[in-house]
Amino acid sequence: MAMTITEKILAKHADKEKVAPGELITARVDIALGNDITAPIAIKEFKKLNLNKVFDNTRVVLVPDHFCPNKDIKSADQAKILRAFANEYNITHYYDVGEMGVEHSLLPEQGVVVSGDLVIGADSHTCTYGALGAFSTGVGSTDLAAAFATGEVWLRVPESIKFIYEGKLNKYVSAKDLILYTIGDIGVDGALYKSMEFTGQTIENLPVSGRLTMANMAIEAGGKNGIIAPDDSTKKYVDSRKEREPDYYSSDEDANYSEIIKYDVSKIEPQVAFPHLPENTRGISEVGTIPIDQVVIGSCTNGLLDDLKVAANIIKGRKVAKRVRMIVIPATLKVYRDAMHEGLFDVFMDAGAIISTPTCGPCLGGHMGVLAEGERAVSTTNRNFVGRMGHPKSEVYLANPAVAAASAVAGIVAGPDQL
Amino acid sequence: MKIEGKVWKFGNDVDTDVIIPARYLNTSEPADLAEHCMEDADAEFSSKVSLGDIIVGGKNFGCGSSREHAPISIKASGVSCVIAESFARIFYRNSFNTGLPIFESKEASKKISAGDKISVDVESGTIENLTKKEQYKSQPIPPFMQNLIDSGGLMNYVKSKIS
Repeated sequence: MAMTITEKILAKHADKEKVAPGELITARVDIALGNDITAPIAIKEFKKLNLNKVFDNTRVVLVPDHFCPNKDIKSADQAKILRAFANEYNITHYYDVGEMGVEHSLLPEQGVVVSGDLVIGADSHTCTYGALGAFSTGVGSTDLAAAFATGEVWLRVPESIKFIYEGKLNKYVSAKDLILYTIGDIGVDGALYKSMEFTGQTIENLPVSGRLTMANMAIEAGGKNGIIAPDDSTKKYVDSRKEREPDYYSSDEDANYSEIIKYDVSKIEPQVAFPHLPENTRGISEVGTIPIDQVVIGSCTNGLLDDLKVAANIIKGRKVAKRVRMIVIPATLKVYRDAMHEGLFDVFMDAGAIISTPTCGPCLGGHMGVLAEGERAVSTTNRNFVGRMGHPKSEVYLANPAVAAASAVAGIVAGPDQL
Repeated sequence: MKIEGKVWKFGNDVDTDVIIPARYLNTSEPADLAEHCMEDADAEFSSKVSLGDIIVGGKNFGCGSSREHAPISIKASGVSCVIAESFARIFYRNSFNTGLPIFESKEASKKISAGDKISVDVESGTIENLTKKEQYKSQPIPPFMQNLIDSGGLMNYVKSKIS
């Protein structure tokens, strides 16, 4: 029977020849991930089982990235729970301050997640690793606790939607715009419970960094996972850093899809998602004049070196507008160091931007750039819900790094062509 | 078992940042989380809600983050169950795993108004609107999920599997 890449990975991890949409399976997990917000509950639940070990101490990954470096006493207490658990159970992949980064950027970078993996994480953006041809999905803390104990997760095999992107990208249009455009088209529940498979010539031409951005936001359309079949770029990326041997899967040509959606990307301009849902997208030419107070460049969506380079190219030789704060957050320490060595820090600081240590921080209104009442931000992050970045009466406009940098200079939501 | 309560009505795409804003996620204590439940949709919700009350939402209830703090805060605020046209995937799992009863019914979501008194038969999923004298059906709970509920939640299910 013909299968999609998602079905093949799930079948393999459930020790089955084949699986079909709707089927409930119990599957082995390769990686079980938690962070400083979700892991404390998982650890509390896991401890109720009175086990003296986790299913595999090399496959449990803990990254205190959300409110770390600790933003207040309560956050410090939560991070401490992870540290103590990592010590007690000899968790090899525990990343404290000094090693950590934004989890979904760190794991691919460090080769912890490889193609063909089945990954669950108590963080909704765990779907990011689909960019490498892995099945990865977000779960809650209790699911994570169960996986800590058993190394397994129950899953309903999802139906798949195939997205085909063809054509040449316009100037300043990136993976972020493709995924925002897609969410704008199908809506925030357009792929509810389903797998989003991204295909086509445009996707094949995207660098791995861009593919990570696309898979990252599958959850913003309600998707269970986002996935891109591995090709030569994936293999080059994975083979140079892998901790384990990858398995490269692809969909059969006659695999079944619940829907096939095609886009001609030459018709897409840079996208901005207006408050308060990622589906409220408009092309940059239709934005109008919206004054802003802050720009954030970073997060698991757009915090990689490629993203920072795009922003630096726009901002180079220019100044951040008066009374606008521009905050740049490299996603990992490697990104931080590389950006520093490539001179990007000088470019940002000359323009009047600041550079933060890696953290999820402002993306979820945690710290390092929380918004006051009535303030507006342009952000390269993934969500613009009410109160997402601070006060319930603040606003977040989602965009790509080029638009974010241009907006910082213009002091309004703006594309690079408007400078 | 029947759940009876007064309805608090919300719209489509109620996200987990509205259910429990991330600024309060520096703790996982249910009582602390309950104090801020639904705060960004209705600032006084936690003080107005009474034990047993029922939340009714539109489509895609619980979209956004994977935070289990969302169903935990709803449950700890005294809410007895949530009815919606549809639920976001992770919230759906988390509700079963943490023991918050949820029911999917487009008809109920459309026809129930704020303040209605309703009664839900947990086993059959039948929803009765005592104010409007109407009855609605909800989607049956899949057998696997029912098995989780019968075992007393995911961790008890796991416990029985590993012992």
